[in-house]
Amino acid sequence: MRNPLSKTVVDIQPSGIRKFFDIVSDMKNAISLGVGEPDFDTPWHIREEGIYSLERGRTFYTSNAGLKDLKIQICNYLKRRLELHYNPALEIVVTIGGSEAIDIALRAMLDIGDEVLIPQPSYVSYLPCVTLAGGKPVIIELKAKDQFRLTKEELLDAVTDKTKVLILPFPNNPTGAIMEYDDLADIVKIVEEKDIFVISDEIYSELTYGTKHVSIAEFPGMKERTILINGFSKSYAMTGWRLGYAAGPENIIEQMIKIHQFAIMCAPTTSQYAAIEALKNGDSDVEMMRDAYDQRRRFLVHALREMGLDCFEPYGAFYVFPCIKSLGMTSDEFATALLKEEKVAVVPGTAFGDCGEGFLRISYAYSIENLKVALERMERFVKKHKGQPPVH
Amino acid sequence: MKEKMKEKILSAIDKNSKLTAKDLAAMLGSSKEEVAAIIKELEEETIICGYPTLINWDKTESEKVTALIEVKVTPQRGQGFDKIAERIYKFDEVETVYLMSGGFDLTVIIEGKSMREVANFVSSKLAPMEAVLSTATHFVLKKYKEHGLPLVHETSDERMLITP
Repeated sequence: MRNPLSKTVVDIQPSGIRKFFDIVSDMKNAISLGVGEPDFDTPWHIREEGIYSLERGRTFYTSNAGLKDLKIQICNYLKRRLELHYNPALEIVVTIGGSEAIDIALRAMLDIGDEVLIPQPSYVSYLPCVTLAGGKPVIIELKAKDQFRLTKEELLDAVTDKTKVLILPFPNNPTGAIMEYDDLADIVKIVEEKDIFVISDEIYSELTYGTKHVSIAEFPGMKERTILINGFSKSYAMTGWRLGYAAGPENIIEQMIKIHQFAIMCAPTTSQYAAIEALKNGDSDVEMMRDAYDQRRRFLVHALREMGLDCFEPYGAFYVFPCIKSLGMTSDEFATALLKEEKVAVVPGTAFGDCGEGFLRISYAYSIENLKVALERMERFVKKHKGQPPVH
Repeated sequence: MKEKMKEKILSAIDKNSKLTAKDLAAMLGSSKEEVAAIIKELEEETIICGYPTLINWDKTESEKVTALIEVKVTPQRGQGFDKIAERIYKFDEVETVYLMSGGFDLTVIIEGKSMREVANFVSSKLAPMEAVLSTATHFVLKKYKEHGLPLVHETSDERMLITP
């Protein structure tokens, strides 16, 4: 029999998170600080709207690009939060989570050999999605000294004649880094000069602390060359509903809808009705969750620094990314030993790119009580391996 | 600035009074000393009036009966409702007293060991008061949620342990 498999697919490396997940799952009583999703339940009024839509028998396909009402609400939201004006009929596609939007945006824009710039550490799916779309991933390694922001020098170094797309993953998973107005202004100049397009993954846009999220699409001339990706998973605690969207120029969105139509048909109908409610009446939920995350963020950074771990202050998402190089272990060794000795699960930074070596991703999508117990255990572990007397 | 910190501390401990000054300081970006001083001030101003524990007594062996009583009263000249409310809330059995708008004047929530004890309180203490015109007693059958917290055990963390 011939080999049934595609060489491209076989060559793709499995996610580093997967391996760790298998170890953790076998361990009893492990405390996890390893999840990438909110601990809050979807607010009840949103869930209730989903239930109501089922009761009403709204169980059919919607139009490919999504319910008209939802697209209008998405545009209202983008106007309200970012002063961005999109046409709901032509410039929006509702997708199965932000993940699908990333995939179809790349597939709509890439020809074989086109280069895509991927800043790392970052979410695990950009690289395989680029490869599957026939593009060539080019990694930009972000640095702790820049607070893991993308600098113009790094960008210039990576750009070639074949560069077509820059992926901009901020607020960032796993580092918690954000790009502020001035940081983006530097990037915008180069993007325009080199005629590059941007896929801006803003799934964590509602989770910034102390400063409002800025989208690169807000800069003059950038809306025309940006696919803005967002969704409901993080801001409204709706991960399992699988709902996201892309907003961008009509010519790109039109082609994305084509792929979406053939591969997916439409996003889940129940989720779309629930999402309308989320955008209409969910602002206070977002605010409540943001405040809670902010408190945990401070708590966690404070505790990690007290342990003597280097930890830059993250201003976005719900992760901190402490440096463990002072302990003389690799990320993988640290995470494995911490799990074995203290039964606390964190994700090695290397799961998000080679340059994550020496770092850990710790999620604060947990209650303070939960964080406290995990941090006590982690402190004991760090003390033991540093061979230093207790700090307090 | 300080007012804002007061607000933040109050909302944080509203649902969890076990948070220590050290925890709060880390969570709110302040110092342990400042938080402790503000809490002391809030206690002195009786903005913080106590630190009770939310207990689901139904799950214990002890017998408890809760009743909500609608009370109509005659307000007194110069004192309004305050005097009569005070006479009522001073009884140990009384958990809660609210002045209401609408069909009756005071909501009185009382807790007793048995229905007989509650009935006794109403007939021998509450109803005979001069200012009390009428009472309507409703017994609580089951408590689902109090102080914003569900008393029925909610499901545990159903997330996978590690996700990207």
